[in-house]
Amino acid sequence: MASNTTYEHDVIVVGAGGAGLRAAIAAQEAGADVAIVSKLHPVRSHTGAAEGGINAAIRDGDSWEDHAYDTMKGSDYLGDAPAIEALCRESPKETIQLEHWGMAFSREEDGTVSQRPFGGLSFPRTTYAGAETGHQLLHTMYEQVVKRGIEVYDEWHVMNLAVTDEDDPTDRSCHGVVGYEIRSGEIAGFRARDGVILATGGMGQVFDHTTNAVANTGDGVAMAYRAGVPMEDMEFIQFHPTTLPSTGVLISEGVRGEGGILYNGEGERFMFEHGYANNDGELASRDVVARAELTEVNEGRGIEDEYVHLDMRHLGEDRILDRLENILHLAEDFEGVDGLEEPMPVKPGQHYAMGGIETNEYGQTCVDGLYAVGECACASVHGANRLGGNALPELIVFGKLAGHHAAGEEFEEPEIETGKRGDYEDADFEAPVTLGERAAGADAESTADAAADGGEAVTDPDAVLEIAVDREVAQVEELLEGDGVNHAEIRSAVQETMTANVNVFREEEGLKEALVDLREARDRYDDVGVSDPSRTFNTDLLHTLETRNILDIAEALTMGALARNEFRGAHWRKENQIRDDENWLKHTLISWNDGDPDLWYRPVILEGENKRYEPKVRSY
Amino acid sequence: MSTQVPQQTDETDAETEPDAEEEPSKGDLRREKKAERAAEREREAAEADPLAGEDTRELKVFRFDPEVEGKQEPRFDEFHVPFEKGMTVLDALIYARDTYDSSLTFRHSCRQAVCGSDAMFVNGQQRLACKTQLSDLSDPVRIEPLPHADVRKDLVVDMQHFYDQMDAVEPYFDADELPEDELEEQRQSRANRETVKMSTRCIWCGACMSSCNIAAGDNQYLGPAALNKAYRFAMDEREGESRKRERLEIIEQEHGVWRCQTQFSCTEVCPKDIPLTEHIQELKREAVKNNLKFW
Ligand SMILES: Cc1cc2nc3c(=O)[nH]c(=O)nc-3n(C[C@H](O)[C@H](O)[C@H](O)COP(=O)(O)OP(=O)(O)OC[C@H]3O[C@@H](n4cnc5c(N)ncnc54)[C@H](O)[C@@H]3O)c2cc1C
Ligand code: SF4
Ligand code: FES
Repeated sequence: MASNTTYEHDVIVVGAGGAGLRAAIAAQEAGADVAIVSKLHPVRSHTGAAEGGINAAIRDGDSWEDHAYDTMKGSDYLGDAPAIEALCRESPKETIQLEHWGMAFSREEDGTVSQRPFGGLSFPRTTYAGAETGHQLLHTMYEQVVKRGIEVYDEWHVMNLAVTDEDDPTDRSCHGVVGYEIRSGEIAGFRARDGVILATGGMGQVFDHTTNAVANTGDGVAMAYRAGVPMEDMEFIQFHPTTLPSTGVLISEGVRGEGGILYNGEGERFMFEHGYANNDGELASRDVVARAELTEVNEGRGIEDEYVHLDMRHLGEDRILDRLENILHLAEDFEGVDGLEEPMPVKPGQHYAMGGIETNEYGQTCVDGLYAVGECACASVHGANRLGGNALPELIVFGKLAGHHAAGEEFEEPEIETGKRGDYEDADFEAPVTLGERAAGADAESTADAAADGGEAVTDPDAVLEIAVDREVAQVEELLEGDGVNHAEIRSAVQETMTANVNVFREEEGLKEALVDLREARDRYDDVGVSDPSRTFNTDLLHTLETRNILDIAEALTMGALARNEFRGAHWRKENQIRDDENWLKHTLISWNDGDPDLWYRPVILEGENKRYEPKVRSY
Repeated sequence: MSTQVPQQTDETDAETEPDAEEEPSKGDLRREKKAERAAEREREAAEADPLAGEDTRELKVFRFDPEVEGKQEPRFDEFHVPFEKGMTVLDALIYARDTYDSSLTFRHSCRQAVCGSDAMFVNGQQRLACKTQLSDLSDPVRIEPLPHADVRKDLVVDMQHFYDQMDAVEPYFDADELPEDELEEQRQSRANRETVKMSTRCIWCGACMSSCNIAAGDNQYLGPAALNKAYRFAMDEREGESRKRERLEIIEQEHGVWRCQTQFSCTEVCPKDIPLTEHIQELKREAVKNNLKFW
């Protein structure tokens, strides 16, 4: 598998979903020679699955300040104000930018873009294109990438980052990535002169019932983690209340936004009748609705002990066809239900990772030259619970900021600090088993951290890249050599324990059990082997590499969930049914310290540009 | 057979071929050993029948790998999968791969008909595997790669030609004029959005191109997906007349709209129900109008 090829660009963007494409366009506008490296062809990215819409305060009567207020409240006061304010201030401009690029938004009579209500918003500010907003956004942006002639290396799986070796991660810098060309099996270095932007999307495959694509294995998060970048607030996973029971395919919040109603097995409109959200009912925020549904099912008022009904028939065929047509197709194709004639079965499913790679408001991580944007990142705009329609603006706003920053444009000093410095606080955390990789024994070497394994400090960028490439070549050789456990077995063991123990409802005992199961899965991964010997399109190998990422992420997620002994947003803890602002107005951060995960905290920033967001009780 | 297996065609292909001159390397030997082991496992799986008594479906799956001895000669493998209500062709393939043969290769990602990566030839028709219910198909289910495309491995085809044709129609929005205020929309009427709406739904799956007889015979024909993309912009009122004329010129070229013989096969297979043939006809009409204006 010898290869000497190195590709060189100013800025390398990893991932071609909404975040990656926007970042690439921005970097190019700022004058950089930019390339996108993506394991899927851009139009196959999961952004295409987004349905509901993009929040942007673009109408009279609305303001970005109100949007920021709603977002902070929705986050259960775990968002950082500088990031939230950037999101809400920039979203109108970025949304209209999409319109200027031709995006096929739904329209009002006067030709302006339509908006609709979404859960947790005080104004109907969700801009949309039918129930296929993500598809329209992804394609529109890819078109602009084609127009600009930005180079795309598609079906190249990025395996690792080329990061220098200093002891303290905040002293490290990133000089590129190592890619694996799926078609040919070639491993090559991608040298980034100015910066690497990770935009690898979600990590839904950690769970078995998810709205996410099969490719959403959290690769970027895991790579950054192993290179020493902290992961922030990993315990906050959004479970969407309306997914189809058999597949996890999402039924957009747009259905409830348009007036869809939830019923339990007894035909009761339970959101009101059982007092879960007396004001907002079905439009309460997602965590509230997901818990309500499961409570109904657990208390015997579900249907077939599994799901509840979402009814949109009363909206009438015209309105459904106009605004929710795609939902009819999804219900029909994937559940065999005609939404015009029958209510649709729905249950909660993993949907979105609020946590991820720790960044500041410009997408910078604590490693110099390394950025992260989109769902893989945590600039801390969603805190403990993301509002529907707030992820797509995140892609375009932070995609643009990171692209410009990486290309060398001047910015003000960031207000959000990254890395283990400043006012952090060490955690007192006890795990039931040894975590991380150490216990795996001597072989652990082969799947070691980026360039950060404590050897002699190499600082020459080309040499750093070369070391990283060699390490991946060796890893692939070894994986192909060994004829061991199939990755699919390990992956499903992880998914099972996560679904059983780290789901919507969580308790200490189950979380500990999950860590024990994950330890076992990690040990089995030591014996993983790839049985397909081919260099052509070896998906066996790819899935094996992804499974390693799933393992690391699942562990960090569970650690965070065990440590945070309070009830906030999407994170429900049986032992502690209150939001504990006194002790927990802080982010959990987990960093990989030479193979050992290390947990610590940092206070939330509630101080905005002109005001402080005072935590209030969140009621809907 | 309807599928084309590459015979070491283009240069890039050749570059990735193992060097025949060299001594068999450690890697080659290893690969050989692996192939043997894989064959062994396959034999074992075929002998034991863990699914006896269950409601099963039989898949006949096309196999080919230019790298692996024993798979260089295309063939069909049989897999038996337990059937559950609601199971799709993609679910069945995943089951077969994860349970019997981890080298079974196909593209897939969203499993909800939006990423367009799993178009295949199933029981004689182009379909998205994730959107096709097993219960709608007769047994055995025959699964092949998209016809009229080069096969890379098993069910994976080379999409480059499809992407190139897409590129050829300048597939991006080019507004006539933009509002000066960056917070103001350029606006589009509801009626115009309706006109282009269906055309914007394309997920680039390639099913239409693969089903088209004309495209099969004429490699340069732009094909239904690219023409649909051209329609999407040519009919968008925001682009303005002169850009529209340029777009019509592109699709009027020798291998453009006039090649379409309205056989409707593209329209039949499109998983997004895009009225492709109609869009192509509409473009022909526009082209005629355009010419009348000038000649
Ligand atoms: C079904 C669904 C509906 C949603 N609806 C909405 C909505 O209505 N409104 C809203 O605001 N949000 C919505 N969301 C959330 C939002 O769509 C996602 O958070 C967002 O699209 C993620 O975009 P991204 O660019 O970060 O990642 P993605 O679009 O997932 O892109 C990830 C990219 O990274 C690449 N990649 C991954 N790993 C590697 C690797 N190792 N090497 C190279 N490339 C790699 C992939 O190829 C891909 O191109 C929805 C999410 C889902 C799942
Ligand atoms: S037009 Fe239809 S069949 Fe053709 S590529 Fe697009 S979605 Fe697929
Ligand atoms: S898997 Fe995405 S279209 Fe079928």
